[in-house]
Amino acid sequence: MSAETINTEKVKAAIEAAVRGCRVEILPNGSPSGQHSLILDNEHAVEAALFLRDNPELRLDYCSDVAGVDWLDKEVTEKVKVWKLVDGAEKEVEETRKSVTPGYLEAVYHLFSMEKKHGPVVLRLRTQDRGEGARVPSLTPVWRSAEFQEREAFDLYGIVFEGHPDLRRILMWDELKDHPMRKDYVAPPDEDEPAGAVAQEGGR
Amino acid sequence: MSAVEERIVELTGDVDSGQLLEVSMGPHHPSTHGVFRMNVELEGERVMKLKPVFGYLHRNHEKIAENGSYLAAMPFTDRLDYMCSMTNNWAYALSVEKLAGIAVPERAEYVRVIVAELTRLQNHVSLIGFLMQDMGASGTPLMYAFREREKILDLFEQLSGTRMMCNYMRFGGVRVDPTPEWLAEAEALVGRFPAFLDEFEQLLRENEILMSRTQGVGVLPRELAVNAGVTGPMLRASGVNYDIRKVDAYGIYDRFQFRVPLGEHGDVYDRYMIRMLEMRESVKILEQALREIPEGPAMDPKARLRGLRPKAGEAYGRIESPKGELGFFLISNGTPEPYRYRVRPPSMINLTVLEDMCLGRSVADIVVTLGSVDIILGEVDR
Repeated sequence: MSAETINTEKVKAAIEAAVRGCRVEILPNGSPSGQHSLILDNEHAVEAALFLRDNPELRLDYCSDVAGVDWLDKEVTEKVKVWKLVDGAEKEVEETRKSVTPGYLEAVYHLFSMEKKHGPVVLRLRTQDRGEGARVPSLTPVWRSAEFQEREAFDLYGIVFEGHPDLRRILMWDELKDHPMRKDYVAPPDEDEPAGAVAQEGGR
Repeated sequence: MSAVEERIVELTGDVDSGQLLEVSMGPHHPSTHGVFRMNVELEGERVMKLKPVFGYLHRNHEKIAENGSYLAAMPFTDRLDYMCSMTNNWAYALSVEKLAGIAVPERAEYVRVIVAELTRLQNHVSLIGFLMQDMGASGTPLMYAFREREKILDLFEQLSGTRMMCNYMRFGGVRVDPTPEWLAEAEALVGRFPAFLDEFEQLLRENEILMSRTQGVGVLPRELAVNAGVTGPMLRASGVNYDIRKVDAYGIYDRFQFRVPLGEHGDVYDRYMIRMLEMRESVKILEQALREIPEGPAMDPKARLRGLRPKAGEAYGRIESPKGELGFFLISNGTPEPYRYRVRPPSMINLTVLEDMCLGRSVADIVVTLGSVDIILGEVDR
């Protein structure tokens, strides 16, 4: 139905062969759309992107969509059986352990080829953490279409794109400190409403 | 050039040396098509720098959609590009269908094509009207365009209950099955449309003012258009053969015969002409679709609308909206709300090259160039 889809495995192999030291990971997609994505390491992302754009077989000359995604810290609870001394005798006791997988921000690029008419190839770049100044390399020097969209991800998610020529807020005002598309963002109460009115309603 | 003239040039150069005039065009400029601003730096009449400023209409559409169910976002998509709610609906429905693997019945596919092509007709015709208005042709072409647009909106009203905010499509079909009378009326409208196009074209095509104001103005080179992700009529005016109706053949577009008009110069005149020609192709598609539309259900009876919970995964679906590639990127984590809901707004991304097209031109050309981009601020700002 859609344009010719590209084998993700092949693209991964091609990148790894062309860009030395680039780590590429395939993220399988469980939905019927079957659009699997490639996670690039930040160090080699620009080089890999240039390869994808200029390689005569792939020619992914068109970067359609850039989306920011916020992944919160995940708390994983698992039950583990441990041998412990209870009342002097060793017994098997069940314990719950909690571990936290740190969250991160993600920039997702959808690439197509206008020349070869195929796509999409989905690229993902991930930040180290969700802190202020979490960064990924900018792909605007490779595809100009990312210019406004990366600015938007910077504005609404707080992802800093290193190497972006003009990284400013685009939709919100400059003085704003927050990033409203983040999952843990809490909107400030309306100035006209008495304090607590929002909380009482229990609304979002 | 005589010595006197040379000296005049020199003198003016001295007075203004290195001084740029900053002008803020908008946000309430009649030619900005909404609340949109351009920070322009001028040397005399020449544009040296231009930065678009937008976001005045921002309501965080994506966040609102992420806080509700999949179905709840459908009426909100109407408000993106409020001239073309039908195509917005389709793009969103298509993405959800991809995400959840929902099939669409034959008849619904045909109805979708019919309403989408009608949307394209009314979008292009009003855009040309606005463009003429921007050039100072006050009233006449715009009123001609709006007269035709109104007829199409009447059809939408009969079908969906609303002229502009149609909220018509659903995952797995369309909300209301069109009656035979409606289809007959649509057929009659499509039959009359070429005569209007002839009239409209005769009025404008060789108009001297139109030609002198648009030919060679706002030129967008082919390579830049591709690299900057420009889509829709603007891309094709620059000579790139890329129409998602052909490339993806989403829905049932592979069943219809139509051509993709291409421009040569990438200037404003070509962009105007491409839209004119695209309307003729839309009429062809409409004739075929209205002739071949089969009987049957307009909605998959098994499709779940309320409480739709796609299994975890993601999908990017896109269509050729009248403004360009309109895409929706959805991530599901198995809950009834989309974890991530992203709109790829064609008119915002087409603005990326506005500065490149205007540099070195005069202020009056900015107005015409912006008019030919075809922006709707509801979609740019979201």
